[in-house]
Amino acid sequence: MKSVRRIWNRIVEFVIEKAIFLAGILSIVFVVLIFVFLLKEGLSLFKEYSPLAFLFGTKWYPISHPPSFGIVPLLLGSVVVTLGSIVIAVPLGVGAAIYVGEVAPVWLREILKATVEFLAAIPSIVLGFIGLVTLVPLVKQVFHLQTGLTAISGSIMLAFMAMPTIVSMMEDALRAVPSSYRYGAIALGATRWQTIWRVMLPAASSGMLAAVMLGIGRVIGETMAVMMITGNAAGIPTSLMQPVRTMTATIAAEMGEAVQGSDHYFSLFAIGIVLFIITFAINLTAAFFINRRSKA
Amino acid sequence: MSPADSVDQPIIRVEDFDLFYGGFQALLKVNMSIRPRQVTAIIGPSGCGKSTLLRSINRMNDLAGEVTTRGQIIIDKQPIYGKGINMVDLRKRVGMVFQRPNPFPLSIFENVAFGPRLHLGLSKTALREVVEKSLTGVGLWEEMKDRLYAPALSLTGEEQQRLCIARLIAVSPEVLLMDEPCSALDPIATDHIEELIRELKSQYTIVIVTHNMAQAARVSDETAYFYLGELIEMGQTEKIFTRPQKRATEDYITGRFG
Ligand SMILES: Nc1ncnc2c1ncn2[C@@H]1O[C@H](COP(=O)(O)OP(=O)(O)OP(=O)(O)O)[C@@H](O)[C@H]1O
Ligand SMILES: [Mg+2]
Repeated sequence: MKSVRRIWNRIVEFVIEKAIFLAGILSIVFVVLIFVFLLKEGLSLFKEYSPLAFLFGTKWYPISHPPSFGIVPLLLGSVVVTLGSIVIAVPLGVGAAIYVGEVAPVWLREILKATVEFLAAIPSIVLGFIGLVTLVPLVKQVFHLQTGLTAISGSIMLAFMAMPTIVSMMEDALRAVPSSYRYGAIALGATRWQTIWRVMLPAASSGMLAAVMLGIGRVIGETMAVMMITGNAAGIPTSLMQPVRTMTATIAAEMGEAVQGSDHYFSLFAIGIVLFIITFAINLTAAFFINRRSKA
Repeated sequence: MSPADSVDQPIIRVEDFDLFYGGFQALLKVNMSIRPRQVTAIIGPSGCGKSTLLRSINRMNDLAGEVTTRGQIIIDKQPIYGKGINMVDLRKRVGMVFQRPNPFPLSIFENVAFGPRLHLGLSKTALREVVEKSLTGVGLWEEMKDRLYAPALSLTGEEQQRLCIARLIAVSPEVLLMDEPCSALDPIATDHIEELIRELKSQYTIVIVTHNMAQAARVSDETAYFYLGELIEMGQTEKIFTRPQKRATEDYITGRFG
């Protein structure tokens, strides 16, 4: 009786162990497969089309004859919208993180943190829709534009989407600063603001930079909301007040109409590769800052 | 006032001082006088209120949350509890060294310049002079002058603690409070810091909390023995250690208790 039990236990152990192993391996396999697929499809473009013309071309005319797959306007579109949103989100995020982490009374702190995290739970399509009916007309009116579907609308919208990441990570970074620094500063006669400004922020700077990087990563990969409110004109942007088209929006908008196996189709995957490399680099930088923080 | 007078006049007077953490009374009707330019040691078993008393003198206890006090502490004729007390001014006059060295994660220079930047508004050259003078004062200048911009956290424990003292004397305080300043250091570093404390007392009034009886005997001029929030006995260190008036003090310093 006892030995049957033991054998049974051993079988269960074995099955569980192998199942967990398989799950772990599978996740890696999927990532590799996705990457290989992306590479294979994307690089197919360059059988017919010069990589230089793709990377440095300033015209995105995928369905004219002959087509032109210059990624520059799309890249700039993404960069402009992203930079704009970071310029908005970082000061707001730093301010909010300082308020939540250092200034607000405890009860309010909890409410604020929950609210910020709730913001992260709103689907981006919903935010995009709200942006379309509220922000876009407002931008048009305030800046006296012909259309409110501009880069700046996208930037403002994306700033809101990046806020949860930025605020909660920055708040963590501030919280991780040893309180002995704070006491040291206060014992030297520093006021609360001087303590935050001269000690807490410099001490938390690595973590705060990581927060910014992850915020950028979040923003640059965002698709639906941007597609809805940035106007999607694939010109080279010269100001924030123009319609732009981002890389993500291009893929999303054109994937449906591109004929499978055509250059247009491959070119969208090539954009995917570029996007992948950018996000990867950003995440790597963020990881570097986080790592530096945990070592310090 | 003649110099002789000023030695006899206490610079800090603690008067009927009670302190409560919420409902818990950590200090009971403490009365004591601390003389200028001397080292006063505070000894007593763990939890008897030594750190609490020290933190009452620069009002760092205000950060501890629900703290109430009764009585008064007077520093250089100015009461420090009551309305309209300027904390910045108080903490400039009364510096504090912590148990674990806590230099800021900035450069050596910036650590020392921290206080002057807050309070003094000096020119660049004047600031450098203050930094040099302060580092010299703690015996770090010669070693550090070529690497003033190295991170302070790269220093050894002893150097960090010296730096923390330099950071205080850069704003010319009157009083230095030290809460077990050597407890995170090895014996040799401890020797060095004790040496520094003896040097510093020609210019500053020093109040030091220590668990180390021998250290109290070595560095202090006066010793105060606390037990359960009460000042049991205070007097010249030599007397306290050779002829204590109270039985409890004797038991503690001879190691029969505590
Ligand atoms: N922030 C606080 N809130 C509540 N109680 C506290 C607080 N700080 C200290 N106490 C209590 O007050 C009493 C005195 O503490 P204090 O730290 O002053 O003792 P100490 O003599 O410095 O002890 P040690 O030698 O261990 O450092 C202790 O009973 C302690 O638990
Ligand atoms: Mg203590």
